[in-house]
Amino acid sequence: MALDKHQTPMLDQLEDGPWPSFISGIKRLRDEHTDGRINALTNDLLGQLEHSYETRKGYWKGGTVSVYGYGGGIIPRFSEVGKAFPKSREFHTLRVQPPAGNHYSTAMLRQLADSWEKHGSGLVTFHGQTGNIMFIGADTESTQHFFDEINEYGWDLGGAGPCVRTAMSCVGAARCEMSCTNELKAHRALVNNFVDDVHRPALPYKFKFKVSGCANDCQNAIERSDFAVLGTWRDDMKVDQDEVKAYVKAKGRQYIIDNVITRCPTQALSLNDDDTLAVNNRDCVRCMHCLNVMPKALHPGDDKGVTILIGGKRTLKIGDLMGTVIVPFRKLDTQEDYDEMVEMAENIIDFWAENGLEHERCGEMIERIGLANFLDGIGIEPDPNMLSHPRQSSYVRMDGWDEAAEQWFERQAEKAAG
Amino acid sequence: MAKDMREPIESGCPDPWQYMHPTMRKNFGQWKYHEHPRPGVLRHVAYSGDEIWTVRAGTQRILDVFTLRKLCEIGDDLADGYVHFTLRSNIEYMVTEEARVAPLIQALEDAGFIVGGTQNTVAMISHTQGWLHCDIPGTDASGVVKSMMDELIDDFRNATMPNRVHITTSCCQINCGGQGDIAINVQHTKPPKINHDLVANVCERPSVVARCPVAAIRPAMVNGKPSLEVDERKCICCGACYPPCPPMQINDAEHSKLAIWVGGNHSNARGKPTFQKLVAAGIPNNPPRWPEATAIVKRILKAYKEGARDWERVNEWIERIGWPRFFEEVELPFTKYHIDTWRGSRASFNASSYIRF
Repeated sequence: MALDKHQTPMLDQLEDGPWPSFISGIKRLRDEHTDGRINALTNDLLGQLEHSYETRKGYWKGGTVSVYGYGGGIIPRFSEVGKAFPKSREFHTLRVQPPAGNHYSTAMLRQLADSWEKHGSGLVTFHGQTGNIMFIGADTESTQHFFDEINEYGWDLGGAGPCVRTAMSCVGAARCEMSCTNELKAHRALVNNFVDDVHRPALPYKFKFKVSGCANDCQNAIERSDFAVLGTWRDDMKVDQDEVKAYVKAKGRQYIIDNVITRCPTQALSLNDDDTLAVNNRDCVRCMHCLNVMPKALHPGDDKGVTILIGGKRTLKIGDLMGTVIVPFRKLDTQEDYDEMVEMAENIIDFWAENGLEHERCGEMIERIGLANFLDGIGIEPDPNMLSHPRQSSYVRMDGWDEAAEQWFERQAEKAAG
Repeated sequence: MAKDMREPIESGCPDPWQYMHPTMRKNFGQWKYHEHPRPGVLRHVAYSGDEIWTVRAGTQRILDVFTLRKLCEIGDDLADGYVHFTLRSNIEYMVTEEARVAPLIQALEDAGFIVGGTQNTVAMISHTQGWLHCDIPGTDASGVVKSMMDELIDDFRNATMPNRVHITTSCCQINCGGQGDIAINVQHTKPPKINHDLVANVCERPSVVARCPVAAIRPAMVNGKPSLEVDERKCICCGACYPPCPPMQINDAEHSKLAIWVGGNHSNARGKPTFQKLVAAGIPNNPPRWPEATAIVKRILKAYKEGARDWERVNEWIERIGWPRFFEEVELPFTKYHIDTWRGSRASFNASSYIRF
């Protein structure tokens, strides 16, 4: 039977213009796909979307859908206007965890495409804002079949709901000279320790891990993850003075002064009279700017590791929060180093699971109970690197000062003794 | 008895090593430097002397399987069968010699994909699900992004901005799109409209009350039924009550507007990461092409491109020239709504004699 195609005059206007059109793509599935199920499903999807454009309203409602053995990983969508658009009445998204760093072979992408058109709508996004592969549009029954099929060849669902969410990491050491850690290993060590917490939502709210190989933070980890891991180094940055001279020669002294020397946030740089660079590594905060401008001349040092920040999140409920430094520096070389980081993540999630309110992110809990109490709860000692500056308000009871000061000196002595 | 269900294999995040280009595997952690030969192309050189030439292309992001297979075909024919996706949903192909770059660009452009998005470009707009799939959207992110990228395509193809520009969109105030140099986000302007017949059956009332950021919701009996009521003098119209309680409809064809924010910057380079600040609101949510929002974005981009120094991101440019001049240059009104009222707002007031003339 010929398909009775919905008229989509508003959506049709999104086929104009030079940028690739998602509407043209959905129409291709409607008009050219060999499976009548996909033709009918995408036809009704276009119909409902046109209806949204006309009325400026969304018509999807959530619900409860998961696969056998899991409690999450699927975003259930049931249409409120399913009578008019019955073939896309159930249109769930499966969130599937990508390989760390988002690397794919075309052979694997083709295999995923084959499975997806067998069971779903044929629409997919690499990737959603949390970092999942979004397989958009399957009915309730098909979610199980599609999952069973791809799970057999190595793919697992990500998180949805109050749980540990799918993690993200940058391309990092695979292709970037700025990389200061093994992002892929950190990413997988962290999130794969929590598969149970990914698949069975039982936490106060979502919890995200993101790993960036340097302070450029291409994964937006500080701004949008509860547990941000950023690569850094603690010895001196490497300077190839011949390359510095070559930059000065190519760009001119004024350019280097205006774009490198004076842009250093801690004034740690100076251009010598012989066009070599002087770096005060004690003042350098590893912001990455000068390395970005002169990637041939400047490189991270050899004593690499990571900084860990906790508590970043978006607006709901108390407003946007950046993560806060909790671990200024730690090495990530040996398996033991990774195990210790994972154990710290377990401590943080356990403490938050016990003390967080319903729908309260980890950063919001820290805001409510205070950073000092949070540190006490997870067994980490206070460190001036955690703050922009010490307290401004005198309104605090401080009769434990002597003891706290003594502890500080003891810790410093322990550190000095190694 | 139901037939036996298959137990899931809880394999979690897959090992990327098996999907990584062999030259990237071989030189893992051994990269020396990179160059930017042209927009959309990066050249990375390893200490071994090996090179990776990356070609980046923008797509429609919501991919149909035909498009996905076309992208695979290009990768099979011209790029060793490996691809990488960026944070902003661009696809990247990796080849090992310069000679293979031009045919790859040609094939991508012939197929309608847009090569660019590297370094000082307007990068692909990161976006959310919108009317296509979200349960609470005030607008359609895919349509906004398509419309805007049609207009900004030259700034994606050419790296002529002072620094990179990240634009984000969000279909509600939860702001899944995150922080951007420019963010186009839904801003509701009226309290939710409550269907009191449904609240008791659909909503878990205590958790809806708890969800409100300003404690404006309280349990109430309405028309003899248990429901919820909103103190409209306190309500900030954020829509936080709508996801847990769909009968509290926040989306409105007329009163759900778009707002534009600027100066979000995730990087630590030169300064600490920053959050975006409100600059424009009351912009009509006008499908299918949202011309009013695009016009303001273009004004901001034009002023930034003309006024910013090399390496200044939008936030740094404004910090240097000052907010009064920013509003002047982009011809936007400054109103009482720009003055923050939320916690910590005092830190945003000018407690100095610093005034630019």
